[in-house]
Amino acid sequence: MSDIITIENLSKSYASGVHSLHDVSLSIRKGELFALLGPNGAGKTTLISIICGLTKITHGHIQVGGYDIIHQYREARSKIGLVPQEITIDIFDSPWKTVRFSRSLFGLPNNDDYIEELLKSLSLWDKRNQKMITLSGGMKRRVMIAKALAHEPQVLFLDEPTAGVDVELRQSMWEQIRTLKSNGVTIILTTHYIEEAEEMADRIGILNNGQLVLVEDKQTLMQRMSTKQVSIELKDPLATLPNTLTPFHVSLHEHKFIKMRYDFEQETHTIADVLDTLKQNNLTYVDIQTEQDSLEDIFVRLTKS
Amino acid sequence: MRLQSIFTIYKAELLRMRRTLIQSIVAPILSTSLYFIVFGSAIGSHINEIDGIGYGSFIVPGLIMLSVLTQSISTGSFGIYFPRFNGTIYEILSAPMSYIEVVIAYVGAATSKAFLIGLLILATSFAFTPVSIQNPGLMLVFLVLTCITFSLFGFMIGIWAGNFEKLQIIPALVITPLTFLGGSFYSISMLPPFWETVSLFNPVVYLISGFRWSFYGQGDVSLTTSFVMIGVFLSVSLIITHWIFKTGYRLKP
Repeated sequence: MSDIITIENLSKSYASGVHSLHDVSLSIRKGELFALLGPNGAGKTTLISIICGLTKITHGHIQVGGYDIIHQYREARSKIGLVPQEITIDIFDSPWKTVRFSRSLFGLPNNDDYIEELLKSLSLWDKRNQKMITLSGGMKRRVMIAKALAHEPQVLFLDEPTAGVDVELRQSMWEQIRTLKSNGVTIILTTHYIEEAEEMADRIGILNNGQLVLVEDKQTLMQRMSTKQVSIELKDPLATLPNTLTPFHVSLHEHKFIKMRYDFEQETHTIADVLDTLKQNNLTYVDIQTEQDSLEDIFVRLTKS
Repeated sequence: MRLQSIFTIYKAELLRMRRTLIQSIVAPILSTSLYFIVFGSAIGSHINEIDGIGYGSFIVPGLIMLSVLTQSISTGSFGIYFPRFNGTIYEILSAPMSYIEVVIAYVGAATSKAFLIGLLILATSFAFTPVSIQNPGLMLVFLVLTCITFSLFGFMIGIWAGNFEKLQIIPALVITPLTFLGGSFYSISMLPPFWETVSLFNPVVYLISGFRWSFYGQGDVSLTTSFVMIGVFLSVSLIITHWIFKTGYRLKP
């Protein structure tokens, strides 16, 4: 898969002296859904704003579709659609007018059939002539997406698209994002909802204090970084753990549960080894439960370290 | 040059003007008509001619300039301030447009509106007082240059302003007094010598004088001086606008 965005050694410092990004290098593959995670102030929005031309670069180079965003900004920006974090629309306009405006702003000829299709796909067609002031927050957010897609971009930036929306609408937006991806649009998503990234992303990047601390395929990340916790429930209570279990780094809870954190990559012992040892010590168990770290657990671990 | 993108913003700005038709067009025409009634007809009938021109006719260029300056600045500033205020500026800044195209679109729309209002006020003045235009071509050139220069000035205010109060502060506290003291209602030669000299530091004097020259073939300063001064204002405005976009002042952090 070829890269559609390449970021090389990007740094950003504001006039106030705040350093928002430090030497960030990243490639986004064509057609993927890339989730950019990070705590507040990590630099996610700054990174997106720089790529879209809203914020100046302090140092580094960015190309979109092979075009430098500074020297070939027209070609680069033509390929980008942006849905900012805040709902920013002219409340006196209608969805139809504002989406047509966005398309025309990018220098494309009118294509009412495309805009009709777009508004229908976002369930906005019935509201196309209503003033935006009368629309719900969720609909306004969909209008923002329609505006970003008005010029048929190859790359779509969604800066926390589901922030503050209810569960039902969030699910519906996830569905729309999947549809966009299936249509070949490359999507870069920032979100605070880790389950959103877990649900949809192909790859995940984590920004912390302006540094890209990790970029990984989601499945690989889950496998590589995730630890499992195994809880073995004993039939009879136990006062202390037998010495033979010490090498397995297990712990006894409530005299009845033996718990063991299990790391796929680093652990040299297997669960079977523990169970065998229990058997050798004539300890009978009645239940085994396992829990795996979620992406959120991994995220918290990475951003706190 | 992306003409379609420019025209898109230009058209949207003019449509906004249509949406606020009364505030945009009717209000300035009404207030200028009131000036004509009060200063031109009521008080003016008791005032002697100035430089051989009836007082009602004398104030026509100044009153047109008063409205044109105010409208150019308010439309130019509001046009760019409103998207900054409601956040929709992101769409303009992320569009594949050069800053020159953005300036042409916004300033062009403000210029068009101010120019139209100038012509409408001129037409209105015919209903109140006899008006002759000795050099219509020159009058139009002056009107257009003034509209462009002050729309550009308004555009800069719209970028500088951090709130609605600041948006109003320069037009209210600087431009309006300068216009009133710039010879809208009198010739600066009527002032005592000291104040006449002080008036020459008022840039609006040169605009009104040049504009009046195109009507009646005479003004407070020479036509060339007026042209040079408006050229200077326009150049300074262009340089500052270039600096704004080059540095990203209040637009791109």
